[in-house]
Amino acid sequence: ASPVARDSSFPSSGEMAALKEEVEEKKKLIATLRNKPWRMKRRLTLLKEAQDFVEKFEGALGKGKGRKLFAFKVMMAKKLIKLKRDFENFKTACIPWEGKIKDVESHFGSSVASYFIFLRWMYGLNMVLLGLMFGLVVVPEVLMGLPYGSIPRKTVPREEQATAMDYSTLTDFEGYFKYSILFYGYYNNERQIGLLKFRLPLSYLLVGVGIFGYSLMVVIRTMARNANEGGDGGDEGDFTFSWKMFTSWDYLIGNPETADNKYASITTSFKESIVDEQMNQKDENIHLRRFLRVLANVLILCSLGGSGYLIYYVVKRSQVFANMNKDDLTWMEKNEVEFVMSLLGLVCPPLFEAIAELEDYHPRIALKWQLGRIFALFLGNLYTFLFALFDEVNAKLESEKDIKNATILALNEYAANYSSYYNTTNVPPQNVHPADVIRGPCWETAVGKEFVKLTVSDIQVTYLTILVGDFLRAVIVRFLNYCWCWDLEAGFPSYGEFDISGNVLGLIFNQGMIWMGAFYAPGLVGLNILRLLSSMYYQTWAVMCTNVPHERVFKASGSNNFYMGLLLLVLFLSLLPVVYTIMTLSPSFDCGPFSGQEKMYDVVMETIDQDLPAFIGNIFVYATNPGLIMPAVLLMVLALYYLNAVSKGYQQANIDLKKKMQMAREEEKNRRNNKDSTNQVMKDLEDLLPNKSLIPPPAEEDRSPKVKPGAAGKGVHLQRDVSLAAPNPRDPVTRDPGPRRGPPENARGPQPGQD
Amino acid sequence: MGNKQTIFTDEQLDAYQDCTFFTRKEILRLHGRYHELAPHLVPMDYTNEPDCKVPLALIVNMPELKENPFRNRIVESFSEDGMGNLSFNEFVDMFSVLSEMAPRELKAIYAFKIYDFNVDNYLCKEDLEKTLNRLTKEELTPEEVQLVCEKAIEEADLDGDSKLSFADFENMITRAPDFLR
Repeated sequence: ASPVARDSSFPSSGEMAALKEEVEEKKKLIATLRNKPWRMKRRLTLLKEAQDFVEKFEGALGKGKGRKLFAFKVMMAKKLIKLKRDFENFKTACIPWEGKIKDVESHFGSSVASYFIFLRWMYGLNMVLLGLMFGLVVVPEVLMGLPYGSIPRKTVPREEQATAMDYSTLTDFEGYFKYSILFYGYYNNERQIGLLKFRLPLSYLLVGVGIFGYSLMVVIRTMARNANEGGDGGDEGDFTFSWKMFTSWDYLIGNPETADNKYASITTSFKESIVDEQMNQKDENIHLRRFLRVLANVLILCSLGGSGYLIYYVVKRSQVFANMNKDDLTWMEKNEVEFVMSLLGLVCPPLFEAIAELEDYHPRIALKWQLGRIFALFLGNLYTFLFALFDEVNAKLESEKDIKNATILALNEYAANYSSYYNTTNVPPQNVHPADVIRGPCWETAVGKEFVKLTVSDIQVTYLTILVGDFLRAVIVRFLNYCWCWDLEAGFPSYGEFDISGNVLGLIFNQGMIWMGAFYAPGLVGLNILRLLSSMYYQTWAVMCTNVPHERVFKASGSNNFYMGLLLLVLFLSLLPVVYTIMTLSPSFDCGPFSGQEKMYDVVMETIDQDLPAFIGNIFVYATNPGLIMPAVLLMVLALYYLNAVSKGYQQANIDLKKKMQMAREEEKNRRNNKDSTNQVMKDLEDLLPNKSLIPPPAEEDRSPKVKPGAAGKGVHLQRDVSLAAPNPRDPVTRDPGPRRGPPENARGPQPGQD
Repeated sequence: MGNKQTIFTDEQLDAYQDCTFFTRKEILRLHGRYHELAPHLVPMDYTNEPDCKVPLALIVNMPELKENPFRNRIVESFSEDGMGNLSFNEFVDMFSVLSEMAPRELKAIYAFKIYDFNVDNYLCKEDLEKTLNRLTKEELTPEEVQLVCEKAIEEADLDGDSKLSFADFENMITRAPDFLR
């Protein structure tokens, strides 16, 4: 049989491989074309060339065996690229509020805009949390669960029905709000509901934990991305002036007023650095400064302790009030807790700033201290609030036991009465209207209620502050200026500046409260979304309308990861109470999806036992065996240790390289300028060289062997010979090094091999 | 995608999307802005690639560039003739590099070109002085200017020729935390 007649244009396999490589290269070029610093025309021509080449030869490569499949693959790849591009276009179009934020950016610089970008990111995070919570918990309960009024936990008790619709009850989140999907208590504990046999209690628990898991993942991913882009702070001292010169201008500024401020702040910053450079700041009276700093810290600790105690006291009082009749309390007494917490959040930060004047730190360091202190304040407040709340929870659990006993007693009594009256032992279940059943105190709803009230009051305070502190102030300054003795705009009140750090911290702590409260009040996430949405519009309006650009316009970068780090910390801290509750506290016996269980996580155990096949249950039993967990934990600790050691090693290598580069630079410079080496090590080496004046005159012959070979003899110019390497050639080295020559002529020491 | 635009052919738009960091909509919007600068000069129909350039004076009046002290240098660095007259290709190129999607390395290259006032591929002392004066609107005294420029060269110059080559500049700028803005 004759061999298959080959097509003359069919390339051999060797050529095919080379061709394939070239096609791959062209494809890579097309992908990275936009990163190349070429003129546009050149890029366009190259693109056309590369695309034509790829098309032509991809067809050729496809000839022969499997040609149809190859062509199909190529077509799919092209379609995929087009799809990806369309998707990217769509994604960019979907990013909300881009125009608004850019507007703010051009007026106020990138730091103020970074707050709004952070707000938008939070909004995205909360949207996902909302999707999880509503999609998997609220909507199934509403659609497939029992409606309002059918069972006791879903009905307003008879005593409260009269006032259930009142405005004051509703703002207190009692009445109809308390017995709605907003709170934990509404959810039924049926194992499976509806046609789909949806396991609501399991879903509730998993969503509660999943919220934390998702948030953790997202925060860490964002932190990693920021760390890659921004680069580490590096050594700040190395390039102060160069960086100031080349990176201080904010290219996004488009507003003349902001630009003027920016010029002024750049000039000031240069002058400061010049002064720093010229004068060595002597620590005048270091003892006074230390004393003042210690004093400031003591004062601040006192105020932190004071605020913590105040909150504890107020929460205790609110427990007393809760036991009294609601109508006897004034509005102030009812909302004392939230009021006090918001007030502390407003008053303490300026107080800290004032005290910090004593410390006399560099502004950047002072800002870090300030942020740390505000963080400690918020944290302390939140945790004191939590502890007081948990006291309340325990009290409720106690009272629950009493009510449980009372209910059982009542039931037995009814059964006894019935059987004695009708003389039967078959007692039908008590036919009581849901509204009349005795209720337990349902501590989870109470906790959820506290968080919701706190969030609402936080929102109110923030909006009110903006309205009064910024808007009203701006109106007053603007209009009263015409008839006032001094210039209001330049002098005392003037227009407000946007408080970035205060707002960002407020946002972070708000999110912390949401994380803590979402488990007890599923509606809280929805509330937060509304809050973030309205915040975006309200604050962008307020900032454009009533604020002026900062006097010292400063950059946003560097602080991004700081805020993310704070967010991460807050996430961990809000995880703790929820996990504690799930693990240790027993759920209420008559409300919520876990009623009737010993502990909340029993739902998971139940599901594993009943719903999943037997071997999965066995897997879990083995997996929770301490014998397995201990080695796993040990392994993780070892892995941590190893990674830590590796990272330290890299850091050290980095430092060594930097030192080497620095030394090389200095040596080059000094050689060019023919100066003495300024490096201390080199100076020491110089000193170690033998002193020629100590060498005795060469009277005897037998002295010469004592001189070490290669040592510098008489008449050596110490300066030039310090460096042992040849002088740096100005041109790139293009020739091989020549044959090794003897040591330079200046050295008068005995040549090796000679006497 | 269903948009009946007649400014560019689809191939041109795809080519622009491959060569810049912009999406289709953004390129069309850029063309709109370019046209606004000089409506009588810039044709609405780019399908046959007309060769028109918008002069420097009109471009630096764009609100995005107006307040920038380096606006002239920015436009000059992207223009082929070095005088600041940009064709649409160069206009798109300029904004692509300045956009937030461009990588650090690319921006560093163009930043170097922008700060190089005498266009000799080195940042010598005069370049730095001019940069500084633009930044501070000449508020610093001449001695202060000298001091700052000397310190900057001292900090960044690696090969010791008392001017900054691109390698020096790049080494210094890639560590800067504030660079991307």
